[in-house]
Amino acid sequence: MSLVHKPLPHDAAPLHVTGEARYVDDIPTPTGTLHLAFGLSEIAHGEIVAMDLGAVKTAPGVVAVLTGDDIGHADCSPSNNDEPLLALGTVHYVGQPVFLVIADSHLNARKAARLGKISYAEKPAILTVDEALAANERFEEGPRIWERGSPADAIASAAHVIEGRLEMGGQEHFYLEGQAALVSPQEGGDMHVVSSTQHPTEIQHKVAHALHLPMNAVRVETRRMGGGFGGKESQGNHLAVACALAARLTGKPCKMRYDRDDDMVVTGKRHDFRIDYKVGVDENGLIQGVDFIHYTRAGWSMDLTLPVADRAMLHADNAYWLPNIRIESHRLRTNMCSATAYRGFGGPQGLLGIERVMDHVAHELGLDPVELRKRNFYRASEPARSGAGTGKRFSAEHSPKQPEQSGVQTTPYGQPVEDFILHEMLARLEQTSDYAARKQAVAAWNAANPVLKKGLALTPVKFGISFTLTHLNQAGALVHVYQDGSIHLNHGGTEMGQGLFQKLAQVAASAFGVGMDAVKITATDTAKVPNTSATAASSGSDLNGMAVKAACDTIRDRIAEHLAERHQTSADKVVFAEGRVQVGGEDLSFAEAAMSAYQARVSLSSTGYYATPKLAWDRVKGEGRPFYYFAYGACCAEVVIDTLTGENRILRVDILHDAGASLNPALDRGQVEGGFVQGAGWLTTEELVWDAKGRLRTHAPSTYKIPACGDRPRQFNVELWTGANPEDTIHKSKAVGEPPFMHGIAVLMALSDAVAACGDGSDYVALDAPATPERILAAVKRQRGGYV
Amino acid sequence: MSKIHVQATVNGDSVEFLADPRETLLDCLRDHLDLTGAKEGCGTGDCGACSVMLNGRLVSSCLVLGVEAEGAEISTIEGMADGNELHPLQRKFIEHAALQCGFCTPGFLVAAKALLEKNPDPSESEIRFWLAGNLCRCTGYDKIVRAVQDAAAEMRGAA
Repeated sequence: MSLVHKPLPHDAAPLHVTGEARYVDDIPTPTGTLHLAFGLSEIAHGEIVAMDLGAVKTAPGVVAVLTGDDIGHADCSPSNNDEPLLALGTVHYVGQPVFLVIADSHLNARKAARLGKISYAEKPAILTVDEALAANERFEEGPRIWERGSPADAIASAAHVIEGRLEMGGQEHFYLEGQAALVSPQEGGDMHVVSSTQHPTEIQHKVAHALHLPMNAVRVETRRMGGGFGGKESQGNHLAVACALAARLTGKPCKMRYDRDDDMVVTGKRHDFRIDYKVGVDENGLIQGVDFIHYTRAGWSMDLTLPVADRAMLHADNAYWLPNIRIESHRLRTNMCSATAYRGFGGPQGLLGIERVMDHVAHELGLDPVELRKRNFYRASEPARSGAGTGKRFSAEHSPKQPEQSGVQTTPYGQPVEDFILHEMLARLEQTSDYAARKQAVAAWNAANPVLKKGLALTPVKFGISFTLTHLNQAGALVHVYQDGSIHLNHGGTEMGQGLFQKLAQVAASAFGVGMDAVKITATDTAKVPNTSATAASSGSDLNGMAVKAACDTIRDRIAEHLAERHQTSADKVVFAEGRVQVGGEDLSFAEAAMSAYQARVSLSSTGYYATPKLAWDRVKGEGRPFYYFAYGACCAEVVIDTLTGENRILRVDILHDAGASLNPALDRGQVEGGFVQGAGWLTTEELVWDAKGRLRTHAPSTYKIPACGDRPRQFNVELWTGANPEDTIHKSKAVGEPPFMHGIAVLMALSDAVAACGDGSDYVALDAPATPERILAAVKRQRGGYV
Repeated sequence: MSKIHVQATVNGDSVEFLADPRETLLDCLRDHLDLTGAKEGCGTGDCGACSVMLNGRLVSSCLVLGVEAEGAEISTIEGMADGNELHPLQRKFIEHAALQCGFCTPGFLVAAKALLEKNPDPSESEIRFWLAGNLCRCTGYDKIVRAVQDAAAEMRGAA
């Protein structure tokens, strides 16, 4: 009986439902622990002329106050060394930490932090894409440009040329647990850090750097986060570094957590994008050439903007064969919080660009959007799959650049698409969602109802799996078997609710043929597994799963060899199953086998290591194989809008998602459902509003609306595609963290469809995101020639 | 600021603590009584992660002052199970995988229990409206609603 592929509940579920699960702020702290809070910049750009911190220093409970002058450049950037913990003379955004208060309680620290009087010489703030372009404020020397074929010629000679612009907002992570860190000074100046982070090694690195210590003097532990979503890949650095500096100064344990408003103002969010597009298509809607220009507001520092913007470019094709393509990407520096990693990491933004193009082309040509999408799909990985439209596909005279009708097609960056399964997946989803009949039913409804209009859409997802910074695609594990047969499991991945720890415990239990209760899941710890990558890019189970398996297999093989020798048989004849070990007619418990190996002086501890194969990538040229494989999925969404108010509801959603041979279908379905709802939130209710002074006006759940219970689809059908990953991944599974997020795109397209039902078909809806009720109402008005 | 002595009943036990008059009930539970099951998600009563029962009413404990608990009867997530015997809602949340990061879970459970005490047979709409004050960023809510429905059905059957 193998435990992998079983729908077991989250490992900590019994702790979660009783309130026993400990997050950073729940850990009992020693008496005398100090608490920290930042004083924040109140302007978007300027020089600090004077700081009067007298009232801060004399406020109740305050122990010390630090400024940039006191600590110098304690860097918190994950990339460019351009983020001092505290502003050094210049402030770059509203909410930038300027001074640090150390006090005897969280409340006293926060109250004191509001008492600083800072005078500034204000400078003009760059807040918009246009302002940044005019000032040439950007990261890298100029736009990144990738090109394949001859897009300009292909567009010029195409039967139809369609142009447009799409704007999409950013997104606040809104992890329910805010950022938090606790640092305890150890003997000899060492530091022990507990952090709510997706990247313990980065916390270790930044703390060591700030304290001028070698990394071996800093130990970071993370048992769990109350949600991460990318927001805890780099944004926790500041709290850990601040606590470490304060701990060194005071010799006391120091804790810091942002309250929600501070968290939303200080930390980075998803990058918003403007995408300009120009596309040439033939009579059948086949894309001949396409030109994208991406503009993203990166905020004041570089953070992870380069790989995010790269990934947006890498997903400009989504699931479609684009023979001639140019993508130009502008990474703009603005006086705002520094945009950062967020589930999908630019992928959703790039993908939405081509999905908007599909929607627009379908409108112009009067084609069903699903039919158009299928015609443009990459060729199926197996020959002779007759996808719709393939018969006529290359018949147009003006498509000399089309390759032969067979063979593997490549992405714009030259990676062969060898595992393309969307033809089959779409066919199945069209059937299970009853797309064609419901399309007619929606049309009939819209013909009969003047006020409530319905919309239906079905969109595919193809998402590349691997870190695009190739060296990050490695992982380690450490496994011990104790003499009583109990197993201690550790690896470099972090748990943020996604169920990684349980999946990897299943891998370990399965390797030893024992039950789940034999495996102890332990906190991620830089002292056990070093040099880890962030738990990000959906890579957690792919990378760490293989490392765990390697470690377990090593120990199991040692036990097998020992027992085989004792029974004068070969190691491959030793069977580990159901908590028993069978060898040469003898039947031992796993504990007896472990004890026997221990007494024979066989090591029962091993590391495991994994590096993803086949990767080679040149990001400047935009060429190579950045991804080990692709994950796929498709979503059909039906919505209704109130044309008098713009109010809207998601009526029904059908998702078919590819998790390969799922390691744990219960957890994977959870990722698909939660990812979809979060993606739908990004494109509908979640609106970030900065005012003309650069102040974020939506810095609490009172004004920033993540989906609530009533926003989920009334009917929500989720199915996992049953197919193994053709690549050699951990038990043939596929990564599942980010790809389902993009199923939310179906909701935006369905809303666009509903709005289109208000007009006569002459004008394209061009619905930007987030499609708030206000935006929907304005779009309805445009369709109705100015009248609602 | 001088502290105020507060005496209350929490999960059936008589407790007393000294509260700064500015402290919230949430902070008192977490910092003075070591009951860290209720969480601070927003501090403004919008997310429901700090939900507890105060004299039979579901409240956001971040919007109640600790000193208001004087003489009150409070129940928190820590008192939901009967010893090692989980409440049906707790069991159903595990069975239905109605949690991921778990940070919002205690609040959802306390709120859902309050609903089922008032209304043992809630419709899907009633569940949706009742839980509108609890935010979850991970699950997409579907499994939470199903878990509550299932627990309600079991409790009706058992009663």
